[in-house]
Amino acid sequence: MCHQTVSLVARHLEANGIPTLCLGSALDILEAGRPPRAMFVDYPLGHTAGKPFDEADQDGIVLAALRGLETFTRPGQLETLPNRWDDDGAWQRAAASSEGGDTRQARDETPQFQFPADRDAALASGALET
Amino acid sequence: MPVRYMQAITERYQRLGYQPYRWLVADSAPPWQPLAKPLRETRLGLLSSSGAYALGQVAYHYRDDCSIREIPSATPDAELRFSHITENYLVDARRDPGCMMPLRALRKLASAGVIGSLADKVLSCMGGVYSQRRVRDEVAPAVLDAMRRQAVDAALLIAM
Repeated sequence: MCHQTVSLVARHLEANGIPTLCLGSALDILEAGRPPRAMFVDYPLGHTAGKPFDEADQDGIVLAALRGLETFTRPGQLETLPNRWDDDGAWQRAAASSEGGDTRQARDETPQFQFPADRDAALASGALET
Repeated sequence: MPVRYMQAITERYQRLGYQPYRWLVADSAPPWQPLAKPLRETRLGLLSSSGAYALGQVAYHYRDDCSIREIPSATPDAELRFSHITENYLVDARRDPGCMMPLRALRKLASAGVIGSLADKVLSCMGGVYSQRRVRDEVAPAVLDAMRRQAVDAALLIAM
């Protein structure tokens, strides 16, 4: 869903004069959404900008994506980064399975703070009204 | 082999007895705007669809939240938070925001002169919005307005 949202936003920005590059890790959704420029990294969802606590990996992915802004020449161009999550592909098999239940949270209409203290901070800043 | 998410999700929902979801399939060629100046002179904007917010801001809700957050690009990782309807994908980003909100990496590229500058405020949205109409009518214009206020030359969009 996120890749779809980002593709729609990218097309809107680009049509209004702002060059965009979408960095994503769901290849089929990027292909369907056809953003102007897309860089695919074959990592599990939630790691689009790199592996946790691996600054070299994160720096390399972000830089490679930005280079695409300069080097891509075709509308809809989509390239794949060489980065690999691991060598056995077990995560791909698990992610491609249609087994299991619905992993989404309930569609709650109240702010879903990561920590209870975040609510206090939002109240203190005035961003959230009681 | 890359995961075919649309097929896997469609099959899962079918098995669970849900109505099929109509995925976006773009029916026109994408628009194109060339980069106006070299990357080293480019002021860069960022949008992460991970539901990121800074400590002191309001978290996203999980029912097609179409709002966006403007997050100071100097925000330390320790003050970045995430709220997204697929919380199961946030486990690592909540430990290391660099997985989805690479402010540290982008600040480094700016100070090294690889990009001209990073916008003072970067953006987030909660990408798990089911209504494509609401993304077009609400999220996309809000992002465009915010990018224009930040006077960016180009934008990096990071999808979760």
